[in-house]
Amino acid sequence: MTEAPEKFVGGGVLRKEDPALITGRGNWVDNIRLPGMLHATILRSPYAHAKITSIDVSAAREQPGVAAVFTGKDLLEEWDKNPTANPAAVTGYSLSLAERENGGASVTPTADSTSESPVSEKTHTFCGWMVTEDIKVPDHLPVAVDEVNYAGEPVAVVVATDRYKAQDAVDLIEVDYEPLDVVTNMERAIQDDSPLVHEKLGTNKSYTWELENGNVDEAFNNAEVHVKERYIQQRLIPNAIETRGVVANPDPVSGGYTVYSSTQVPHILKSVLATYCGIPEQRLRVVAPDVGGGFGSKLNVYSEEVIALVLSRKLGLPIKWVEDRSENYLATIHGRDQIQDIELAATREGKILGMKVHLLADMGAYLQLNGPGIPLLGAFMYPGVYTFDAYGFSCTGVFTNKTPTDAYRGAGRPEATYAIERIMDALARETGLDPVEVRRRNFYEPFDEPTTTPAGIQYDSMNMQAALDRVLELADYEGLREEQRRRREANDPVQLGIGFSTYTEICGLAPSQVLAALRAGGAGWEQASVRMLASGKVEVVTGTSPHGQGHVTSWSQIAADALGVSPEDVEVLHGDTATAPWGRDTYGSRSLAVGGVAVHLAAQKVVDKAKKIAAHMLEAAEGDMEFEGGRFSVAGSPEKSVTMPEVAAAAYLANNLPEGMEPGLSEDYFYDPPNFTFPFGAHICVTEVDTETGKARIRDYFAVDDCGPVINPQIVDGQLQGGIAQGVAQALYEEAIYDEDGNLTTGSMVDYLVPGAPELPNYTLERTVTPSPTNAMGVKGVGEAGTIGSPPAVINSVIDALSPFGVTHIDMPASPWRIWQTIQEAQGREAGSREADLSGRPAQTEEGGEA
Amino acid sequence: MIPVAFEYEVAESVDHAIELLGQHGDEAKLLAGGHSLLPIMKLRLAAPAMLVDLGRVNDLKYIRDEGDHIAIGAMTRHCEVERDQTLREHCGLLAYTASLVGDPQVRHRGTIGGSISHGDAASDLPSALLALEAEFVIRGPNGERTVRATDFFKDYLQTDLAPDEVLTEIRVPKLGSNTGWSYQKFNRRAQDWAVVGACAVVERSNGSISTARIGLTNMGSTPLRATAAERALSGADAGSIADAVQNADEGTSPSSDVAASAEFRRHLARVLTRRAVEQAVSR
Repeated sequence: MTEAPEKFVGGGVLRKEDPALITGRGNWVDNIRLPGMLHATILRSPYAHAKITSIDVSAAREQPGVAAVFTGKDLLEEWDKNPTANPAAVTGYSLSLAERENGGASVTPTADSTSESPVSEKTHTFCGWMVTEDIKVPDHLPVAVDEVNYAGEPVAVVVATDRYKAQDAVDLIEVDYEPLDVVTNMERAIQDDSPLVHEKLGTNKSYTWELENGNVDEAFNNAEVHVKERYIQQRLIPNAIETRGVVANPDPVSGGYTVYSSTQVPHILKSVLATYCGIPEQRLRVVAPDVGGGFGSKLNVYSEEVIALVLSRKLGLPIKWVEDRSENYLATIHGRDQIQDIELAATREGKILGMKVHLLADMGAYLQLNGPGIPLLGAFMYPGVYTFDAYGFSCTGVFTNKTPTDAYRGAGRPEATYAIERIMDALARETGLDPVEVRRRNFYEPFDEPTTTPAGIQYDSMNMQAALDRVLELADYEGLREEQRRRREANDPVQLGIGFSTYTEICGLAPSQVLAALRAGGAGWEQASVRMLASGKVEVVTGTSPHGQGHVTSWSQIAADALGVSPEDVEVLHGDTATAPWGRDTYGSRSLAVGGVAVHLAAQKVVDKAKKIAAHMLEAAEGDMEFEGGRFSVAGSPEKSVTMPEVAAAAYLANNLPEGMEPGLSEDYFYDPPNFTFPFGAHICVTEVDTETGKARIRDYFAVDDCGPVINPQIVDGQLQGGIAQGVAQALYEEAIYDEDGNLTTGSMVDYLVPGAPELPNYTLERTVTPSPTNAMGVKGVGEAGTIGSPPAVINSVIDALSPFGVTHIDMPASPWRIWQTIQEAQGREAGSREADLSGRPAQTEEGGEA
Repeated sequence: MIPVAFEYEVAESVDHAIELLGQHGDEAKLLAGGHSLLPIMKLRLAAPAMLVDLGRVNDLKYIRDEGDHIAIGAMTRHCEVERDQTLREHCGLLAYTASLVGDPQVRHRGTIGGSISHGDAASDLPSALLALEAEFVIRGPNGERTVRATDFFKDYLQTDLAPDEVLTEIRVPKLGSNTGWSYQKFNRRAQDWAVVGACAVVERSNGSISTARIGLTNMGSTPLRATAAERALSGADAGSIADAVQNADEGTSPSSDVAASAEFRRHLARVLTRRAVEQAVSR
């Protein structure tokens, strides 16, 4: 066994995952080939809203190699099998059918709906977060029966011996559609005379959720300064490099099923599949093999996953479905798509007195797993790093004929941070303060104990001053302002902009009681098992499900430090409900602050038991035992010692254990965090804007982030670089655009602009370390921080560059076309309309654009 | 992303390719580098029943100094055009423009002949070849003919090529020491097609411009010459370039799409033409 250095946490341990991945030995869903496996391909609706009047699959059925073709009607009975008694009792996921029906209690079947249609009265849904008691929940069948509600909705499924034959057969299915009126714009959708996405619901409003703290009216009535803005969070497409895919494999011996899925959430998926398909949970095994990114889009349960499972049940053969990129753009959830109306009340000195936020949040055509809850994750974060007394928030979820939305990296928090950090610049303009100064005047004093925020939650620890001071120094703020002055005086066609974002975000989802209070349909604990093996090697089993985050490396470091072994001696098992039966999976920057802490605590239990065995072996009192560098020794007699591997061997030989002790050295820990964690940071974006062509180029990006103690610096840097890149993508490049008929006009990577390395700057990254009092390790989480912090820094820098033209507002993405138009309009020149924006994107209101 | 089934034949020579095209008529499509054709087949926007692969016709892969011009075989890959020393020395515009086509993978598979035959107004090479007044050699069942680049691009993805003809060679002039050039490609991401592009080939005499040839990318259904600006630039000096290019968008018909309105494209054409001419006169 290698001699273990003292500590691995915080050190530069290389990612254990990488050798296999970069040499092409990853095991993705599409690599899985099982005997007799058939391929499913899905026919999708070309219409955003239509009645299906007839489907003729006869030609498709006659194609060579086609095993079966199913319409929505053919599969109806599959969704109404008897569910398991209560999956929540086993898994902590309370998505029972009864609850779903309660959630959809306002659904009143129309009188004629039962006369002919075989549609049952049960409300089918994948949604597990019924945010209000009276939320409207549409019936969501995996394959549409009578009506399609967004372009891309499944209409029929072909199963064939290979994917090519299946695709050819799909083209032979004839469907007659009767187009219905389409609504893609949220503001249109909430008008009384709008077309209805779901006629049965009688409205396009799914829910309205509200929060109020302090006396908001009084704050606004007494304030000297009011700033009111409207911001648009454009719709984004997550674009995981591995698209979704699933293989469902029936086991005729046990009567059970194994489902391989490119998912972030094998445990949640297992619970929902059991419930939706009526398969006893103990006969389901879900495996997430190597997963090529998710960004929230694989924190879900999708039609194709239940389709593959029920087809494998119907046909008794393994069924594979793998999404292609075109499908991915239509059939995997989208992110963001909110209209944010935000108002500040403040003093002349720039001190905030109160804040009001009203959101419209586009749900798309159906509610996905956490869709309604995503804006609520933001609700608590609009006050940001600023302390004041009065805060009012409301959000209305709206149905439109578009792909459903759900969690996308940051999930609610990038939206919140964008709005507060944009309006802080507006407040700076209104009060004549520097954007740095207006922020400083509203910061919390540094704190390291839970502190109540305007939204009524408790931040764990924060020192904004230190992060901001350091980033100003790194960027040479004064020097940048001087360069900016020179360029302005010289009328340089390329102007310089300096943009700020001082942010905090909410990680470590989540205390189970808080989730319950928010009506979220699941628990927030995480589970770990740490097993010393008889050989001295270590197995760590985690309920987190990494898909790029490097948990295998980081969890090895945590366990190695706790047990005094080397990370190479630690194996981390994950992503398979057969080996890791308990878990709440990976999303919301929760894995380290909940799952990593569970590993640490389970390892401590192992050490506690090992200490007892060591004391017995050394014939010393347990209280006299010291544990250092993997060795137990007797205080005062360091020559009397045993190593952890020796203790492990003794634990399994079991012939010399303390009286009454169970053999073995393996411990479990279920960790339910007492609070969230709140990383924070200060970002500066330096952008050159070519005012002739409208092109914005980020020249430098400085970030000082604080995610508490760092386990693996390289992984944290990678998360920040990728996260900032994804924020830059929203700020300057990406936008999913629909036309009036509900067609996605940015349906490929040609028109939907995912930036690459040539478009992105070098980053100057530093950290401060403010431990969290929430957990034993003081860790906070970092998976989404870059994506949350960066968009307002970028946009503020573009506006700053254009301020000599009188520009005070621009929407995302700040494309060349939009920047050019903004300059023209600010100069009183006509710059034409944005014809591409005929629908989907709301118009900027007059009062919204200006501070 | 799954193409319709198709047949595939390897052409052993240009004549064999012409023969295969003759046999299969409209059903057949030539495959060169495949970086335009295969994506649209995968999207099922094109479904040719037969692909005739030119990939092994090695006598279409060359770059030759022919004295007064340079001859380039149609199957020469973009990366070879980009790096060729003869082109860099005597026709830098073409080598530079080739370096901006797509991404490295596209440049290592895509060919100059394939790009021209596809006839996409948003591609970079056609507008450079217009500005260079290149000539194309075309072979068909009835022999060989030569077409000027200015007569080759007919309409949206329509060229002068008949279904049974093969583009075999591209001829570009050797630019003299008094000739400057520039290509200003405006795109959002490194690998993207141009939102708008402007190529300039400028002959100088006594500190002013004697002739200027401007090729525009993505300003209509075909690559275009900015003839009005070319006329205005004749005789212009450094101080009058900005005024002379104000009608660079005259005679164009740019489209509106998610990247830009026609109006913004016209604006970009003027800005980019000015920048291209300014750079061309200074090198």
